[in-house]
Amino acid sequence: MTDLNTLESDVLAQVAGATDLQALDAVRVAAVGKTGSISGLLKTLGAMSPEERKTQGAAINALRDKVANAIAEKKAGLEAAELDARLASETLDLSLPAPYRRKGSVHPTMQTMDEMIAIFAEMGFAVAEGPDIEDDFHNFTALNFPPKHPAREMHDTFFFNTKENGERMLLRTHTSPVQVRTMVSQKPPIRIIAPGRTYRVDNDATHTPVFHQVEGLVIDKGIHMGHLKWTLETFLARFFETDAVTTQFRPHHFPFTEPSAEMDVQCDRSGGEIKIGQGTSWLEILGCGMVHPNVLRACGIDPDEYQGFAFGMGVDRLGMLKYGMPDLRDMWSSDVRWLAHYGFSAFAAPNPASGLS
Amino acid sequence: MKFTLSWLKDHLETTATVPEIVAAMTMAGLEVEHVIDPATKLKPFTVCKIVEAARHPNADRLQVCQVDTVDGRKEIVCGAPNARAGLTTIYAPIGAYVPGLDVTLVEKPVRGVVSNGMLCSAAELEYATESDGIMELPDALPVGTPAVDALGLEAVIDFEVTPNRPDWLGVVGIARDLAAAGVGKLKDVSIASIPGTFPSPITVKVDGEACPAFAGRYIRGVKNGLSPKWLQDRLTAIGLRPINALVDVTNLITYDRARPLHVYDAHKLSGAEISTRLGRHGVHGDEHLIALDGKTYELTPEMSVIADASGERPIGLGGVMGGESTGCSEETTDVFVESAWFDPIRTAQTGRATGIASDAQYRFARTVDTGSLVPGIELATKLILELCGGEPSEVLLVGEAPAAPKPILFDPAYVGQLSGLEIAPERSLQILRDLGFTVEPPKDVSAADFVTHAESVVCVTPPTFRRDVEGKADLVEEVARIAGYGALPSTPLPEVPRAVGGILTAKQARARTARRALAAAGYSEAVTFSFTSHETARLFGGGQPEMLLANPIASELDCMRPSLLPNLIDAAGRNARQGFPDAALFEIGPTFHGERPNDQRTVVAAILVPKAPRGWNKAAQDDVFTVKADLLALLEELGAPVASLQTAQGSASSWWHPGRSARLQLGPKAVMAEFGEIHPAVLKALDVAGPVYGFEITLEAIPEPKKKSIKTRPAFSPSALMPLTRDFAFLVEKTKAAGDLVKAAAGADKALITAARVFDVYEGPGVPEGFKSIAIEVVVQPREATLTEAEIEALSAKIVAAAEKAGGKLRS
Repeated sequence: MTDLNTLESDVLAQVAGATDLQALDAVRVAAVGKTGSISGLLKTLGAMSPEERKTQGAAINALRDKVANAIAEKKAGLEAAELDARLASETLDLSLPAPYRRKGSVHPTMQTMDEMIAIFAEMGFAVAEGPDIEDDFHNFTALNFPPKHPAREMHDTFFFNTKENGERMLLRTHTSPVQVRTMVSQKPPIRIIAPGRTYRVDNDATHTPVFHQVEGLVIDKGIHMGHLKWTLETFLARFFETDAVTTQFRPHHFPFTEPSAEMDVQCDRSGGEIKIGQGTSWLEILGCGMVHPNVLRACGIDPDEYQGFAFGMGVDRLGMLKYGMPDLRDMWSSDVRWLAHYGFSAFAAPNPASGLS
Repeated sequence: MKFTLSWLKDHLETTATVPEIVAAMTMAGLEVEHVIDPATKLKPFTVCKIVEAARHPNADRLQVCQVDTVDGRKEIVCGAPNARAGLTTIYAPIGAYVPGLDVTLVEKPVRGVVSNGMLCSAAELEYATESDGIMELPDALPVGTPAVDALGLEAVIDFEVTPNRPDWLGVVGIARDLAAAGVGKLKDVSIASIPGTFPSPITVKVDGEACPAFAGRYIRGVKNGLSPKWLQDRLTAIGLRPINALVDVTNLITYDRARPLHVYDAHKLSGAEISTRLGRHGVHGDEHLIALDGKTYELTPEMSVIADASGERPIGLGGVMGGESTGCSEETTDVFVESAWFDPIRTAQTGRATGIASDAQYRFARTVDTGSLVPGIELATKLILELCGGEPSEVLLVGEAPAAPKPILFDPAYVGQLSGLEIAPERSLQILRDLGFTVEPPKDVSAADFVTHAESVVCVTPPTFRRDVEGKADLVEEVARIAGYGALPSTPLPEVPRAVGGILTAKQARARTARRALAAAGYSEAVTFSFTSHETARLFGGGQPEMLLANPIASELDCMRPSLLPNLIDAAGRNARQGFPDAALFEIGPTFHGERPNDQRTVVAAILVPKAPRGWNKAAQDDVFTVKADLLALLEELGAPVASLQTAQGSASSWWHPGRSARLQLGPKAVMAEFGEIHPAVLKALDVAGPVYGFEITLEAIPEPKKKSIKTRPAFSPSALMPLTRDFAFLVEKTKAAGDLVKAAAGADKALITAARVFDVYEGPGVPEGFKSIAIEVVVQPREATLTEAEIEALSAKIVAAAEKAGGKLRS
């Protein structure tokens, strides 16, 4: 027994003394490997008497198990220590910056346009489009601007050079030509908006030579100014995303509508910026009216059977009002700092579930 | 158009205040631009009296005055030579803002004497543009009277007149609308006729074209001179300069009745006939007129000319401005008064051609009341006789003004139909009557029946000053604006079924997707003008003569853009010059290739100027393959048939780097996009530092997606067998496109090969000169059963054979 006890303490001391997995494995092989000291003892059992084998066998097996357990325990400890050491050596400074990634954005004018389209889509309007380069008929004559009439002068039109046949193309001054094209090609009922670029010879803090409009057109039987008022009131409340929008209708004159109106929105102008939904000032934001019978006739629609309304508003300007951009010209400057400041996330696509922006 | 409250009250009986008038005007359609109220500006200024004026002890030109003011007796230093004891003038206390000097008064010594306020001149109060000394006011004015009252100043209302309402260019027109809107009662504005005592010694001949109608009257024995104070004040208040009584009368009537007139000095006329004709430029040589403004104008055959001397001498531009030669002066004794009618379009054109924007031109260009010729003469006669005396001739009227507006058959129920207003028929008709319209029974209804059947159709005739009213919709507007747009109902639009699958067309939806996808990929959306310069347009395949603007706002914006790239590259250059060189920009918008509607394209363009800040991990800058990846990802999002696209290298347009650009196309005639690096020469011309990478997609070139009636997709059936990969390396000529080799390899067995990917491109030792080695990983997806070694060998042989056909030799 003394031999076993000595062996046990020897081997366990060796296990405890192993400093790495390799040393531990050497201990394992020396003790319980094929030719190991404990394995050697087990081989001696065959030569023993049955009684001796019984007692010695149990003792040697117990020793073998004890040593195996000690080795496993030591191995786990050494492995954990080795992993800790490796991990410690693998440390990265995560305060270092991540690789540069550009942040894109949607232009506020286009975001505004998308918002408007989303609102009108909900109200059953389709989206119609037409060319920016127009002829006199679609931009003026069909819209009840008599030839040479002073009202044409107020439009500050961009012209192309007069052709040999005397015709002169122009850049549309409003998206109304799209209304004309729609009425000429479709039968009522019509319910469309016409978003797009429009052009006037004008360039100052509040005017750019190119700007965006959304016009609307509804033609059906029995459509009256009350429908127009509701449509615009509803639109503006949804657009400005507040219940507090107060509007007023004011008579005005446009050649293509009769009666005609402008719509003002109540706002606060104190402190240099315009705040919609508060204050006591009025701000003109759009023009509208009942489509002039001459316009309907020019487009082949009988004004005694059908009537309807049209409206037009400046997208850039409404965007400025909603999002507080001070200068119209900045919107066309493509300054990356401005785009980052006023731009919108790619994922801010307007929708009725999550809102407009 | 400007007017004052007292002028309005000449025609309107009302107790309304200026703010009430302004509110009523706004709601009747007269857009008030601003109200200039001198009472606000001149609030601190009051009447004072100088009690004593003594020479300043230290200055010869200054006086020290003892002044009785609203604040008690004050010692005030004054430099005006007319400051004297007993003078009644205007006092400004310390702290007052003096508008004419743009200073606020502070208490400070003037050459050692403290001045406790200031005595004011007319210019300092902005009552006159220039003045000589301090104001001299009537002694009857008590000390402390506000300056506005002492000077008879009142608020001036300035408003915008829409082109349809020339009648609002006269105060009577404003009064009529305000009376209809319930602000007061319109006074009698009729004009009595004054009988003439002799036939006019001057006769008039009109040609009908230059001038359709002309009324005239000779008045002899007048005495011209300065107008009385009330008339001068009235004109001054709205910014007009009083000249002499005869001219002031015409200006007054212009603003009171929107009826321009002209007065000729009869003695300066040559011959006994005034005639009207078109200008003779080009027929009898150049013809000129020295107008009343002293400037010389060339007369053209488009202009209306008034002439004397048997039609030979021009004495006026009809409806625009009179000639200097026959103008009135202090010496004028006999006059000939003209009240004519000139064509609006001709007058507008003459105004543009000459640059003259006179009050007469403004009114004739917008159509003057065709019924005002003789009344205009009569009112002018009345005022001239009152102010200048004299004896009038009989009135002449030659020619014919355009016919009066035609009656309109009108059912008052139409008001509700078109406007949605609930308004009693009789109220509608009353509004029309108040506005000067005649309401009569239709021809086949007797007057007696008509009274009891007011709802039925009536006959409404617009007055001659409302030629803008042409149909029943115009009548509805009249009723609605006077009844008030505030009364309009708010009626929900009838519900309509929503379009299945959204309201956007495929192109619109694609533009929308592209916007969001590019923003998500790190590009910032820009919106730029549709213009570029002619030179730049030519660099990008545009600049055709029909794309040039006749009236550009600037020479660098004189041409429609043929591409979105130049504006984006320009923008990147601007940003770089401001210290922000790294740019990833995109725009979605129109490009222009001709004047017809289908010559316009909707383009998605993006540029990448990779100047990312240095990173500690030394990552490579983005390059042309970054934009290729972004382009292909975007095309896939847009539903383009990406798998079928050919990369046609070397065929992209001239503004791209010839060796680093390509077209993506379904065929040579179906080019969907171009991408690559911008040509360095183009960048140099645009003065932008490169490299600049980019792409341009033409949305119209992407085939419309197939409309599917159901949205279900084919069943998902993944293979249970593991895919395996095999690597090959091929030698190909350096100029061969790797894409062709990959395509060939992938096409070797379409059933088994799911992908072929390039994982290495090598040139150098071991590869013959003029060749490159392309290593490809081929992914094989067994379908029915695991492939045997023999089957894999056979497949490899097929791939090698296909590659060989494409010019690739297996590297051993």
